[in-house]
Amino acid sequence: MKRAWPVLVALSILGVGLLLTGVMENRYVYFATYVILQYIVLATAWNILGGYTGYVNFGTPAFFAMGAYTATFLMLACKAPFLVLLLAGGLISGLLGLGLGYLTLRLKGVFFSIATLALTVVLQTLIINWEFVGGAKGISIIRPATILFFSSYSKFLFMVMLCLATGAVAIARWIERSWIGQGLAAIRDNEEAAECMGVPTLKLKILATTLSGGLMGMAGVPFPWHVTLIEPGSAFNLDYAVNSLAMPMIGGTTTWLGPLVGAVLLGAAQQVATVTISSELNLLIVGVVLVAFVILAPEGLVGLVRRLVKREHA
Amino acid sequence: MFSFDLLGNAVVAGILLGGFYAAVSLGISVTFGLLDVANIAHPVFIVAGAYAVYAVNTAFALDPILAGLLFTPLFYGLGVVIYRIYYVSFERAGEQSLRGLVFFFGLLFIAEVSLSLAYGVDYRMVEAPYIGRSVSIGPIGISLRLGVPCVVGLLLTLALYLFLSKTFYGKAIMGVSQDSLALRLMGANPIQIKTIAFGLGMATASLAGALLIIIVPIEPSMGREYIGRVFAITVLGGMGSIGGTLAAALILGVAESLTSTFSGPSWALAVSFGILLLALAVRPSGLFGR
Repeated sequence: MKRAWPVLVALSILGVGLLLTGVMENRYVYFATYVILQYIVLATAWNILGGYTGYVNFGTPAFFAMGAYTATFLMLACKAPFLVLLLAGGLISGLLGLGLGYLTLRLKGVFFSIATLALTVVLQTLIINWEFVGGAKGISIIRPATILFFSSYSKFLFMVMLCLATGAVAIARWIERSWIGQGLAAIRDNEEAAECMGVPTLKLKILATTLSGGLMGMAGVPFPWHVTLIEPGSAFNLDYAVNSLAMPMIGGTTTWLGPLVGAVLLGAAQQVATVTISSELNLLIVGVVLVAFVILAPEGLVGLVRRLVKREHA
Repeated sequence: MFSFDLLGNAVVAGILLGGFYAAVSLGISVTFGLLDVANIAHPVFIVAGAYAVYAVNTAFALDPILAGLLFTPLFYGLGVVIYRIYYVSFERAGEQSLRGLVFFFGLLFIAEVSLSLAYGVDYRMVEAPYIGRSVSIGPIGISLRLGVPCVVGLLLTLALYLFLSKTFYGKAIMGVSQDSLALRLMGANPIQIKTIAFGLGMATASLAGALLIIIVPIEPSMGREYIGRVFAITVLGGMGSIGGTLAAALILGVAESLTSTFSGPSWALAVSFGILLLALAVRPSGLFGR
């Protein structure tokens, strides 16, 4: 029964979420939790590549927006059902990740990171010039009146994101505990040595970039319905890059728990700050906290707590 | 319909733009090309320099370029402080590349948000007698709004080139990028040399900012567009070669100008980032690689 309990935890989280949609009506709660859950997916996905293998990806907005725009395109072109959109968004962004994986053959370290940033801008320019999906001014999305058995569309989106977040964390946890995670950690520590010891570095890197990209893309699919207006400026927002990188950095990059803790803390703090102070100021806080953590506590909150616990025992 | 006048004007405008791009890229050429410090926040500091120039220009009607020069010591100091923090936190521990990159990404964000908190997101511009005037040679018109920054950019490039190749400190900076142990054996402190070089790179940001605000009205998040441009130019120019930087800047300027003339301005940005991606994928050592 030891292997069954993570599955039980995941199922009970989804069950509680479903129960909540039955009793809770406050729309803002769903809106705010949706954003935090979305950051859990993005941070966890970023960490599969950035935290486990050490390749810093600044291109989160590119993958996120590719998911959102794939969904928009399919919805406009053939009114595809939501599940198809979700899979298609994940597939397209996953393919983009696959391409990025091959790029790691030539580009390491800083050059890789700059290339991901360049990729984001190139894709954004393409979308800006593509009139079918709204071009630079964007396009409004109308939410369907009814969906399954949910009494409002926000509840449905919340449930979709809850499933994605649970799935992403489960995948990250599974990778970390399997031989794949050990191979990725070997790449992070010394890629050449890992290759020499027989670790299939290219295959593993491609797996990490594809999974990471695909998850980011799936997180982007419900975005047009969440904001009801999709335009390149908000879909390719650099805030996603900063947040998806800051959250694992703050939580701790070596475990699946790190991005989860970072996303919940930083995401919730941002939601509170947006309402009570201003959205500009909350971004400033993210920047300052990120710089403080990267200088003072590079192993993140999870690492800090572990160090404290060890000291108590010693 | 194809017109040679249009082509000629586009090429000339591109060359003028290239002179300005050279000035914008010099800072990265020194910090990233020579010191291997990936200061991706540099373009935002250029925008910060432009705002400083804007503040002085609106308050005292001072010439923007003069104002930019006036701010260079301040930016030099800022560079020294940032490099010290970077050195103590990352470089000394040998963990510079990735955590250092995240550090600069955080700085980029902090600087950008601070600017938009202080000045809002409205476009700002400066006043100077040469803005809005132009001279024409035959069918080719040269707008002084582009011409003056190009001349200043070329002078800045020349000055930096002479400094790096003729003076003691300049040669030491070139040396520290190649072999810091040898430099230490020659009796110079590599950390001190790197601090000076980083400060120098940052000091170019205020002058580049002055040129920026002469050419276009500015807003806080503008630096992002220049990240791709400056890294494309630095990589294409061969990492730290000043002559290469100038050549790459001119190539990029002409390419962008031709694109925006013949396919529309919304494509121009994709050109620089596309060239960067291509350069990174095909020839990471640049056109004029060492």
